Amino acid sequence: MSFMNWIDERFPATKVWNEHLAQYYTPKNFNFWYFFGSLAMLVLVNQIVTGIWLAMNYKPDAELAFASVEYIMRDVEWGWLIRYLHSTGASAFFVVIYLHMFRGLIYGSYRKPRELVWIFGVVIYLVMMATAFMGYLLPWGQMSYWGAQVIVNLFAAVPFGIGEPLSEWIRGDYVISDATLNRFFAFHFALPFILAALVFLHIVALHKVGSNNPDGIEIKKNKDENGIPKDGIPFHPYFTVKDVVGVVGFLIVFLAVVFFAPAMGGFFLESPNFEPANPLKTPEHIAPVWYFTPFYAILRAIPPLFGSQFPGVLVMFAAIAVFFVLPWLDRSPVKSIRYKGPLTKIAITIFVITFVFLGYLGVVPSSKIILGLTATQWAQICTALYFLFFALMPIYSKIDSTKPVPERVTK
Amino acid sequence: MKKLFALIAFALVPMTGMASGGDVHLDPANIDVANDAAIQRGAKTFVNYCMGCHSAQYVRFKQLTKVGLSEDQIKENLMFAGGKIGDKMTIAMKPADAAKWFGAPPPDLTLVARIRGVDWIYTYLRSFYKDDSRPFGVNNVVFPSVGMPHVLQGLQGLQKPVYEEIEHEGNVRQVVMGVEPGQPGELTPAEYDAMVRDLVTFMAYVSEPVQLERQRLGIWVMLFLVVLFVLAYMMKKEWCKYVH
Repeated sequence: MSFMNWIDERFPATKVWNEHLAQYYTPKNFNFWYFFGSLAMLVLVNQIVTGIWLAMNYKPDAELAFASVEYIMRDVEWGWLIRYLHSTGASAFFVVIYLHMFRGLIYGSYRKPRELVWIFGVVIYLVMMATAFMGYLLPWGQMSYWGAQVIVNLFAAVPFGIGEPLSEWIRGDYVISDATLNRFFAFHFALPFILAALVFLHIVALHKVGSNNPDGIEIKKNKDENGIPKDGIPFHPYFTVKDVVGVVGFLIVFLAVVFFAPAMGGFFLESPNFEPANPLKTPEHIAPVWYFTPFYAILRAIPPLFGSQFPGVLVMFAAIAVFFVLPWLDRSPVKSIRYKGPLTKIAITIFVITFVFLGYLGVVPSSKIILGLTATQWAQICTALYFLFFALMPIYSKIDSTKPVPERVTK
Repeated sequence: MKKLFALIAFALVPMTGMASGGDVHLDPANIDVANDAAIQRGAKTFVNYCMGCHSAQYVRFKQLTKVGLSEDQIKENLMFAGGKIGDKMTIAMKPADAAKWFGAPPPDLTLVARIRGVDWIYTYLRSFYKDDSRPFGVNNVVFPSVGMPHVLQGLQGLQKPVYEEIEHEGNVRQVVMGVEPGQPGELTPAEYDAMVRDLVTFMAYVSEPVQLERQRLGIWVMLFLVVLFVLAYMMKKEWCKYVH
């Protein structure tokens, strides 16, 4: 191994390999929910690679963009596959990230000492949303155009004379136009690399403190005579072989969508987006892609104040920003839902139902009647429940009963 | 049990079946995009009746060699203006002129099957009826006040509207709810429906020419992944023996 010695004297290759893979001790009781971190990285790589290849034939020009996407779909060899991998990948990214966040929520992965891991994660989620939003403009279809119009107009709601100039500055024009498309393409190309850097920080922070697990026990508190956690097993090979199973399982679902239902019934590729952007023709019903609809429903739930949409915009951003403070809202003496009491379990169940229902409410017209109430009224109820989950957490997590936490991890 | 629950939860996340708007009843088109003969017949109808005003500008004529036509057959039967086999199905009418003549320029139809859905096109083309208040003397149940004349009137004939009385805030209004046969055309209703079905099959095909190849390939991809999954799972089980 003189070659590795030569490398190691100049670059810590073996040291990094050991610290982060071969001798990174991971709790042995990981379950199904622990697949989604590695899957998120897989999808990010998929998005970057297919995105670069798409950019080789895509034209970020209002006159040419729509036609260049059809050119990719019809005339570029395997272009259709690259495009569907990318468009389905965008939705898959959010599916995986939402499940990854849910895992953190139920097992208390945001609790001390993992606050920074969580905060980096929320920043990743924000950058991901910005990237997805700007990417959605690029096909230059009707939903691309009008969706971007609606979202950028949110910034126009900022009061004190800042809003209008701000939204113009974002668009580079008075309406969504060629200038907007060009800058969105530039950002959509650049942001994934920022995302990769943030993922790096997320993992560095994680490996500093070590992974949480379904029992919410710190495995570092129980070490053997060699200083190795008794409940830990090296990430490589044990979790690399396990993650391969997760990856193949994920690919079965993901590629089934790519090959058999790439539009996913209008959820992944919205039907009106097959019509080129037309600034003179507003679609009857503008709905963002499914992964934004919970926040869109919250936005629409808040009534205008003095004719200004600003309160709705504030509340919508607050709905995302509240994740940042989650580590300090949970006052329970235990981390994992396994040892928390009924109050927490009920709260999380209501929260998940609320979030999914808000997602549905963001798709349908706000005047739609559901069980006697309009979609807007339902969205108002759900928005209240959404924020109550966080606002009341310091209380219910503290007074909730708990079960005794075992010394060692359970199977 | 918990694993099962998690799997079900995972499967439910991307809910399918988004409602496609509109409250008009649509008849099922029942098309088969694997039927090359239907696509060929539909192509003929498209170039003869639709391409006077509508383009399919992202489709190359050469695409039809994939559904069993030779280049010579395409040139002789479908390319009336000459040109090369690799040319796209464009039209000479300028959008600005078209807007003047019809109120709105006739849209490009390459992707109409993906925008509206095949059932919508199928029902729309069978739902024109006589309405003397409109510029071209016809109206449409599915697309009220449409700017398009009934180009297929010679084939279908001219249907009559069926009215229904609807009470709205105390006023009784007559609303067109459907159509009934009127003046007959060259084709019987069954023949006309079959022709429209072929045309819709063509529209569905050109909206995504790769769709059949995509599904055919997808089956092999799935088979490969299932085998790979078994192997990956066995490898994981093997390593798990060392975990105590």
